[in-house]
Amino acid sequence: MKLTVWTYEGPPHVGAMRVATGMKGLHYVLHAPQGDTYADLLFTMIERRNHRPPVTYTTFQARDLGSDTAHLFKDACQEAYDRFKPEAIIVGASCTAELIQDDPAGLAETMGLPCPVIPLELPSYSRKENFGADETFFQIVRALAKPMDRSERVSVNILGGTALGFRHRDDIQEITALLYDLGIEVNVAAPLDATPSDITRMGAAHFNVLLYPETGEAAARWCEKNLNQPYTKVIPLGTNATRDFIKEVCDLAGIEPEIDESRLRMPWWSRSVDSTYLTGKRVFIFGDGSHVKTATRIAREEMGFEVAGIGCYNREFARDIRALGKEIGVEALITDDYLEVEQTIEALQPEMILGTQMERHIGKRLGIPCAVISAPVHVQDFPARYSPQMGFEGANVIFDTWIHPLVMGLEEHLLHMFRDDFEFHDAAGPSHHGGHAPKPMDRPEETVVETPAPEGSDVMVWLVDAEKELKKIPFFVRGKAKRNTEKFAADQGVTEISVDTLYEAKAHYAR
Amino acid sequence: MNDHTPITTGCRETPVLKERGQREVFCGLTGIIWLHRKMQDAFFLVVGSRTCAHLLQSAAGVMIFAEPRFGTAILEEKDLAGLADAHTELDREVAKLLSRRPDIKQLFLVGSCPSEVIKLDLARAAERLTVDHAPHVRVLNYSGSGIETTFTQGEDACLASMVPVLPETDARELLLVGALPDVVEDQAIDLLTQMGIGPIRTLPAARAADEVGIGGNTVFALLQPFLGDTHAALERRGARHIPAPFPFGEAGTTAWLRAVALEFGVDEATFERVTAAPRARALKAIAAQSAELQGKSVFFFPDSQLEVPLARFLTRECGMTAVEVGTPYLHTRLVGPDLDLIEQGPTISEGQDVDLQLDRCRAARPDITVCGLGLANPLEAEGLTTKWAIELVFTPVHFYEQASDLAGLFSRPVRRREVLSL
Repeated sequence: MKLTVWTYEGPPHVGAMRVATGMKGLHYVLHAPQGDTYADLLFTMIERRNHRPPVTYTTFQARDLGSDTAHLFKDACQEAYDRFKPEAIIVGASCTAELIQDDPAGLAETMGLPCPVIPLELPSYSRKENFGADETFFQIVRALAKPMDRSERVSVNILGGTALGFRHRDDIQEITALLYDLGIEVNVAAPLDATPSDITRMGAAHFNVLLYPETGEAAARWCEKNLNQPYTKVIPLGTNATRDFIKEVCDLAGIEPEIDESRLRMPWWSRSVDSTYLTGKRVFIFGDGSHVKTATRIAREEMGFEVAGIGCYNREFARDIRALGKEIGVEALITDDYLEVEQTIEALQPEMILGTQMERHIGKRLGIPCAVISAPVHVQDFPARYSPQMGFEGANVIFDTWIHPLVMGLEEHLLHMFRDDFEFHDAAGPSHHGGHAPKPMDRPEETVVETPAPEGSDVMVWLVDAEKELKKIPFFVRGKAKRNTEKFAADQGVTEISVDTLYEAKAHYAR
Repeated sequence: MNDHTPITTGCRETPVLKERGQREVFCGLTGIIWLHRKMQDAFFLVVGSRTCAHLLQSAAGVMIFAEPRFGTAILEEKDLAGLADAHTELDREVAKLLSRRPDIKQLFLVGSCPSEVIKLDLARAAERLTVDHAPHVRVLNYSGSGIETTFTQGEDACLASMVPVLPETDARELLLVGALPDVVEDQAIDLLTQMGIGPIRTLPAARAADEVGIGGNTVFALLQPFLGDTHAALERRGARHIPAPFPFGEAGTTAWLRAVALEFGVDEATFERVTAAPRARALKAIAAQSAELQGKSVFFFPDSQLEVPLARFLTRECGMTAVEVGTPYLHTRLVGPDLDLIEQGPTISEGQDVDLQLDRCRAARPDITVCGLGLANPLEAEGLTTKWAIELVFTPVHFYEQASDLAGLFSRPVRRREVLSL
C-alpha cells in the first residue's frame, strides 16, 4: 500500500478510454462497478468533448457479485453492439473487475458478435494510464492492421495521438502540414480521429512517424517488425529537433530536405537583446519522459537556460531520463510522488519550473514562475486557439509560453531601477493581478534583535543589515541569491551572514 | 399554522419506474470531498486502487492542492496476494499518516470496491487501530464503494458509522443531521433559536470534541434527503425523526421549520414573528430569479437524491413542470412529504439505465435537464439546456437566504441560452 493524494497518471483503463475516445467507430465495453463512469467527465469537461466517450460500463453492484456479473457483461456487450453498431469493440476490466473471476475476453469471444472483438489485459495494480493507452493501441493495431501494397506516393502514418493528450490535436495538424510541405502524405493518423477501418489500411504507409512514444511506441515497434515500416525516433519538439526530424523523415522517404522556415520566429526572438536576461536562468524540468527530454534540449540550446534538474513520473522512461541527467550533469528524479518533486524543487530553488499542472501549484506555493509542458493538465491547457507544441509553430508557441511567466529584460531592468519606488516595492504585488492597489510602503523601525548563532554550531543566521540588503534584491532572483550566499557561507565555515558575506558570495558566483 | 389541508394530487402513490443497467453516477467516495471540509479534525483514508485516487482527484479539482485531509492507500499487487500482509501494510501507513498529522482526531477508513471485493476487513482494522492510537485518535470505518453507494450516500454511510459510538444522553435535544455549509447551518440554528428551541446539536459536528449525545429524548430533523441509513441508525438509538419536506425554497424552508416548531410547541405568533421577514425576502428574491423558469419543463437524471425536493421547489415555487424525476434511491419515508407536494404528472424513476433514460430525455426535449458532468456537454451539443447536478451539492442552497441562489442555478443556463447568439 502507498498513501497518495495526487496521482500523475490514472489507472490503465483510463488509458484505454483515451484510445477509444480518440477513435471513431470503436466501442469499449468495460467491466466495472458503478462510479467508474467518473472518467467520462475528463473527456466531456477537461477536453470539452461534445459527445459521450464510447464506453459502456457493466455497472455491477454488490448484490450482483457471484455468477451474475458474467451475464451482466454479456448483456452490456450485446446492447452496446446493438445500439452503437461499432466497427470494432475492445473489451476489458477495470481494477475491481480484475479481482472477480470473469473473463471479459473469453466471454466476448463466445458471443459471436459480427465485428472484431479485441480483448485487453491491463494490469491495474502494477501499471498505469500511459501503459493502458500504449497497450490498447498496440492490441488494436495487432488485431486489425495487415501487410499490403505501399501507396504510390510516399505516405506515412502518424502514431500516438489520443484523446486527453496534451496538445495532440494541434501537434498532429502542424506535423501533417509540415509533411505535406515536404511532399509526404499522411496515410493514417491514429489513434486520434482514426476508425478501425483506417487501422486496417495502415500497411499502405511507407513508414511511421511516432509523435508520442508514451502512447504509440508498442504499435510502432509492431509495425516495424510485421509491416516492415521503420519509425521516426526524433520528436519534433523545438526548433532544432524539428530540423532533425525533417532530416530523418527525408532520409526515410529518400528525398532532399527543403525546409521552409518562413514562419519560424522563435530563433530571432531568442537572439534579440530583450532575451539576454534569459541567459543562465536556472530551470527545473518535470513531466512525462518525452516532453522532459525535448524540453531539456530547448531550454539549453534554444533559450540559453541552465537546467538545474530534470525528472519524469512515468517509469517506462526512467532509463532515458537518467541517461540524459548524467549527460548534462544533473541528478534525474524518477518518481510519481509529488511530495518528492516538491522537496527537490525546494532544495534546488530554480528560477523557473517547467512541469505539469502539479508543478504549477508547487511553483505557486514557492513563488517560482512555472510553465506547463506536459500532461496531466487542467482545462485551460486544452485551449480553443491553435497552440501546437511541435513543429515550427510549436517552437513559436513554446517561446511565448515559457517566457510569459518570467519577467522580460526591459521590465527586469526597470524593476531594478525603481525597486524602492512605491509602485514596485515588494509588497506591491504584481501589476497584472487586478483588484488590489499597491500597498503603502510603510517602513517601521526595525525591532528585530540579532540572535547570535550558538558557539560551535553551523546554524546560519542572517544579520539584520544583511537581511535588509537581501530584501533589496528583486524577488525573482532573491531565492537564488539567498541560496548561493548560504552555500558560500557554509563552505567558508561562516555561521553569521553579514552584508559583506552577501557581497563576497555575489562576487564568488559572478560569471 | 393549523392549515393541514392534504394535497390529494401528490406523487407519493405514483408507481415508480425502477431501472437497472449502466449508471452514469459517482460512487460514495465523492462524499469525502465536502465531508472533510466540514469535519475539521477528521482524515478520510480510502483503501482502494489507483482508480479511487484518480476519482477523488478528478472530483476534488483544485482542492487537491490545499493539503486536504483525505488520501488513498493504493493497493498494490503484493497486497492482493495475502490478507494478513494487507493489515500490516495498512497499520504502517496509518501510523505514518498519524505521526505526520498530529492534528487528526478522527480517522475514517473508507472501503472501496477493490477492498470490498478482496474482503479486506476494515471494521476489524478500525477496532484494532482505535486501540493502537487511543486516546488521541478514534478510528471508524464505512464503505464508499461504487458497488454499495451512489454519490451522496457516502455521507450517509459516514454519518451512520458515527451514530453507534456517540455518547448516551437523556436530554431533550434537537439534532440537525446532514453536512451543510457553515453559513447555512448558522442561519438554521439562528432561526430555531429565535423561536426558543434548544439546545441544538449538529451531526456531523465540526470537531470530534463537540460531538453530541443520543438517547430516547433526542429528536432529529434531516437537512438532506439522502440520509436513510443514518436515519435508521438514529432510530435504533431511540431518537425520533421529525418528518418534513426538505428546506429548499421559501415554502420548503417554512414547512421544515414549522414541523420542528410544532414538535417544540412554538406558538403561531412567535413563528410568524421569526419567519415573516426572511420569508418575504425569499419570496421576492425567488420571483426575481425564477422569471425565466415559469412554464418551462425540467428533467432530472439521478445523481444525489436531492432530485425529489428540488423538483418540488421548481414546480411549486418557480412555475416549472417536471417531466421525469430520476433519483438513485427513493427513500419514500424521507422524501414522502416532498412527494406529496409534487403535482401528479412526472415519471418518478429510481435507478438508471442511462441509454434508455437518454432516449426518454431526447424524446421529451425538456427546457432544462439536470444531469452529471459526463452527460452535460454531450446534451448541450444536442441542443438541450443543462444544469450540472454536482454544483447543487457543493453550493449553499438550503433555507431562506439561499432560495434565490437556488433558483438562479437553474435560471442561469436558460438565460445564457437566450443571450448567446453564435
